[in-house]
Amino acid sequence: MSDQPEMIRVEAVSKTFTLHNQGGVHLPVFRDVNFSVRAGEVLVLAGASGAGKSSLLRILYGNYLPSGGRIEIRHDGAMVDIASALPRTILEVRRRTLGFVSQFLRVIPRVSALDIVRDPLLARGVEPAEATERAGTMLARLNLPERLWSLAPATFSGGEQQRVNIARSFVDPSPVMLIDEPTASLDARNRDVVVELIAEARSRGSAIVGIFHDESVRERVATRWLDITHFRAAADAA
Amino acid sequence: MNALVSPNALQGTLRPILSARSVSRYYGERIGCAGVSFDLWPGEVLGIVGESGSGKSTLLRCLSGIDRPDAGEVLFEATPGADFLDIFDLPEQDRRHLMRTAWGIVHQNPRDGLRMDVSAGGNVGERLMDRGDRHYGRIREAATEWLTRVEIEAARIDDRPRQFSGGMQQRLQIARVLVSNPRLVFMDEPTGGLDVSVQARLLDLLRVLVRDLGLAAIIVTHDLAVARLLTDRLIVMKDGRVVEAGLTDQVLDDPQHAYTQLLTSAVLAV
Repeated sequence: MSDQPEMIRVEAVSKTFTLHNQGGVHLPVFRDVNFSVRAGEVLVLAGASGAGKSSLLRILYGNYLPSGGRIEIRHDGAMVDIASALPRTILEVRRRTLGFVSQFLRVIPRVSALDIVRDPLLARGVEPAEATERAGTMLARLNLPERLWSLAPATFSGGEQQRVNIARSFVDPSPVMLIDEPTASLDARNRDVVVELIAEARSRGSAIVGIFHDESVRERVATRWLDITHFRAAADAA
Repeated sequence: MNALVSPNALQGTLRPILSARSVSRYYGERIGCAGVSFDLWPGEVLGIVGESGSGKSTLLRCLSGIDRPDAGEVLFEATPGADFLDIFDLPEQDRRHLMRTAWGIVHQNPRDGLRMDVSAGGNVGERLMDRGDRHYGRIREAATEWLTRVEIEAARIDDRPRQFSGGMQQRLQIARVLVSNPRLVFMDEPTGGLDVSVQARLLDLLRVLVRDLGLAAIIVTHDLAVARLLTDRLIVMKDGRVVEAGLTDQVLDDPQHAYTQLLTSAVLAV
């Protein structure tokens, strides 16, 4: 792996939440987090619930602001610091390089499942006909009945919505993927599909950081582990 | 390969389309808005959020050339590559022309943006005539196309706006604004005053149009769900001043300022 380029480099990242309307209480989450991830690696974040795994993932995406440190993501061959980049730069990095797979689908009124899955392909300039075909293939692979494809997912079950979300994320895997509990409400068959999709993204050279509740999924996808409990202790002691 | 580039270097040769510099407006002793500065880039959608009285509508009126700020500048690139114009340095007539051609303004109340006694087709076509178009057939064709695009049946082209529902009036206003192909659109609470189901339809329409046309837009809203759906970046205003600014999802999910934390915790789910 060491001949693969570093895609993510995290240096001295810390996070403390300050709740101004609750007496200005400070909630330290972690301190001095350092790691890097190369292309083709799957780094699994470990640590008990509440250790800050999701917060760390959101910081890597630019969704949460770190209290300190740098988050460098390789974009177009150069490292971009997400912690200090302009919003428009972050959006461009997200459009072409950095993907986030959450367990929840943000439903947009009136937009069909197929269009939700097609959207990232269109945003990257894929022809509409090809985008439709690839989106359909992905939805079929995740066993979403074809009669649902043209419907807006607002009325879908949690598992169906989650599969639409996964299809959207893996229809064109990003060079850097952040994955938060993708299999939470899936049955064994669809969990296996997600494990395959992650393996395929990895073999295409994606660098992946993930949180997986399911132990068997975790064991099957991980190439490395990072227990963040130890950074938490540092934050509590400070 | 490992060189760390400045994020700003990625912008290449692009320049902002609009630049607000310390824009301030006072109502006597009272602050309307004070010291507001930001750049808006081509294709970017900026949201201005805050409670009523926070100064967001005052700011929008200054940015869109309706009210002259007491201090500061609003610079605008009228055509790609052109020099920045300070819009309040322009003679009144030139500014009005700019407002009708390079900009579009979508008002909260469609009655402020439409001519209620002129047909739907006339409302849309008028903007093309402002631009110098004189060919009746082409104007009517463009009007029909835009009515269809905003989901108004072409058969209603000769009806007057007062015969339309509130949601249709708002869609007609949007067609009137977008037909002249503006570089920049201002929207003041575009979904305010509409039923929730009508809002959803309008929001989806706006989302698709903004993306397909690559519009730069500034949207004032007090509705954080609207901001999340439509905008890339947010400015949060309180008492006439900007208290927080950043990427929309970051400001809503990890707000830093006390006031933004209060705003985001006061809604059920955005």
